[in-house]
Amino acid sequence: MYTLTNVTKTYTQSKRNVTALNNVTLDIPDGQLVAIQGPTGGGKSTLLQMLGALDRPTSGTVQLESSSLSGLGDAKLTAIRATEIGFVFQGFNLIPTLTAQENVETALAPLKVTAAERKRRAAEALASVGLADRGNHLPSELSGGQQQRVAIARALVKDPDVLLADEPTGNLDEETRDEIMDLLEGLWRDRGLTLIIVTHDSAVAKRAQRRLHIKHGQVKDVA
Amino acid sequence: MFGTYLRRELVNRRKQTIIIAVGMALAIALVIIVNSVSSGVKDAQASVLQAVYGVGTDITVTQPATAETASAQQGPGGGRRFDFGAGAGTDTGAGRTVNTSRLEPTRGATVMDSTALTTVTKVPNVSAAAAVLSLTNTSFSGTLPNFQQRGEGGRGQGGTSSAPPTGGADGAGGSSFTVDSFSVIGLDPAGKSVGPLSSVTLSGGRAFSSADKGKDVVVLDAAYAKTQSKAVGDTVTIGGTEFTVVGIVAATGSDSTTAANAYIPLDVAQKLSAQTDKISSVYVTAKSSNDIAQIKADLTKALPTATVSTQADLASTVSGSLGTAGDLIANLGTWLSIIVLAAAFLIAILFTISGVTRRTREFGTLKAIGWSNRRIVGQVAGESVVQGVIGGVIGIAVGLIGVLVVNLVAPTLSGGVGNGFADAAGRVGREATGGSTAAPGGAGTGSGFGGAGGFGGGGGRFEAAGRTAASTTDIVLHAPVTVWVILIAVGLAVLGGLVAGAIGGWRASRLRPAAALRSVA
Repeated sequence: MYTLTNVTKTYTQSKRNVTALNNVTLDIPDGQLVAIQGPTGGGKSTLLQMLGALDRPTSGTVQLESSSLSGLGDAKLTAIRATEIGFVFQGFNLIPTLTAQENVETALAPLKVTAAERKRRAAEALASVGLADRGNHLPSELSGGQQQRVAIARALVKDPDVLLADEPTGNLDEETRDEIMDLLEGLWRDRGLTLIIVTHDSAVAKRAQRRLHIKHGQVKDVA
Repeated sequence: MFGTYLRRELVNRRKQTIIIAVGMALAIALVIIVNSVSSGVKDAQASVLQAVYGVGTDITVTQPATAETASAQQGPGGGRRFDFGAGAGTDTGAGRTVNTSRLEPTRGATVMDSTALTTVTKVPNVSAAAAVLSLTNTSFSGTLPNFQQRGEGGRGQGGTSSAPPTGGADGAGGSSFTVDSFSVIGLDPAGKSVGPLSSVTLSGGRAFSSADKGKDVVVLDAAYAKTQSKAVGDTVTIGGTEFTVVGIVAATGSDSTTAANAYIPLDVAQKLSAQTDKISSVYVTAKSSNDIAQIKADLTKALPTATVSTQADLASTVSGSLGTAGDLIANLGTWLSIIVLAAAFLIAILFTISGVTRRTREFGTLKAIGWSNRRIVGQVAGESVVQGVIGGVIGIAVGLIGVLVVNLVAPTLSGGVGNGFADAAGRVGREATGGSTAAPGGAGTGSGFGGAGGFGGGGGRFEAAGRTAASTTDIVLHAPVTVWVILIAVGLAVLGGLVAGAIGGWRASRLRPAAALRSVA
């Protein structure tokens, strides 16, 4: 699935160079459930952005299947994000003015899908996360767990190859956390997804097939 | 998705939508009202100018007054005067009744040689030209004391005679005079296409024809004829000559008066006013409105001492409340519209930018899930344009209501033209009173009354024809609404939305998804 070779990412922050990723070389096979852990500022989010085609490395290459993400232009990266990668965020990042159904539909907007097809697929995605009856609710009318379910439905409605989750349970209580992890794990298993989760929570990380630890921009497998 | 998202944003971010729409609505309404009132004022100005200059007059050529020409029109002592010989008038026993009339160029309207007309007609692209002579007829009538009867008694200066004064209007040496003046324009009776009579409607009798050349015939302004109780077939004394009223004309405007009180053939006017081969103005019609500027330039070159004015130049000469309204619209109204419009645009832009900043995470998320910059810019611009259009629609409604109110109130504007012609169109009958306590000086050998004074006697009263500074016309302001005004309003609303949307969209497009997500992490 992913092949990262000598990936380095540096930022300039307050006139100071910060190395977020330092010569990272990594393989993530298809269908793997990977947890990435590490201290704050260790480079977790930066690594996720490289994997999610949201940013390009300063040096090195990021390969997603046959596509070199580090060498593609913005339009191509946008197209890859629209079709192959699903995102789930810690803060859910739903559009507050759109209903749950419409939020899910936003993921299909860039694709050439008819309005009827878009509505049908969004409704199915909501049903798959247990929110079939919440389609007309605004995010503000849903609980945190329900909002994250909508976000997961939005990520999966386009049938991506990979799902990237950035602290997906960070804003949830333990019970809801387990529900969401159960849901993600079930979807991963059923759909054969590659699921990469960035988390601080060891209870979440323990459910992964593979655990990576990132510190000072360097990634290590945790045995 | 575009429509759904747009609708949800406008409805759920109601406050922003309302503020932008209201700002835009105010600006658009103001633009419509100012534009309509401005058109109304322009129409009113055109109506005033039409009343004076006639339909189709694109350019006028006049001779500016100089110190020499101005003083040449005045009598000794700087004023206008009537001179009576010792035997003037009719002896009525108690006094002498005098009655005289004089026709002379209107004060301020300097004459020029009639060859100017020939010069004008030779200028390329001149369609028609007509010359006029602007005159004022002043008549003097009244009763003087019989100085001959009083003999030596009246020789004392300043009323120092020992014998009490007798005779005159009051039997005690007093006098009573009526000085009446009205404006007269001499014009070519054969010319109808251009000139002051080209815009009038005939309300009685007949119009001039080429056969009227050299004849003592007059066409009267309807308003003047009414005040003087004159009808077709009556006679009017102009320059001491009896003229037969052959026609009565009225201005096409509802409350307007025509350019002068009376119109007579040009050759007769020149002869009676001793202005042989002289004219006051030339009215010029261009073949095409595109030629006006060039004709003006050519005329200025051909007649270097003359003043060449286009309709646009003449519009600035309109005075009175109409002139004030025109200035107000041109200055305050236009600037107010521009300022409010700029403010509305600025509000729309600032709110859009603020909205984009507030929605950083939203747009970052959309980019992360595959929305292109183009789609996001389109979304932001679409929202702004719709907000602008909503404001535009409200603004058009408010603007139309405002224009309706203006038309219902229908303010009456008074307009005049402050130049020589206007002077000629002065109204008669303004009354002034004055009195003197001494007997007329120089009695027994004739009396001289001039602007410099010279009255004496046991008291007197005279009526003087006042001359207003301009021909004033009352016009009810009508503010028209044209399709163009509506289109301009819609265009401005869309433009406002587009500008705000383009700037907001540009900011949104510059957001890098990673940075957008990082900024809210």
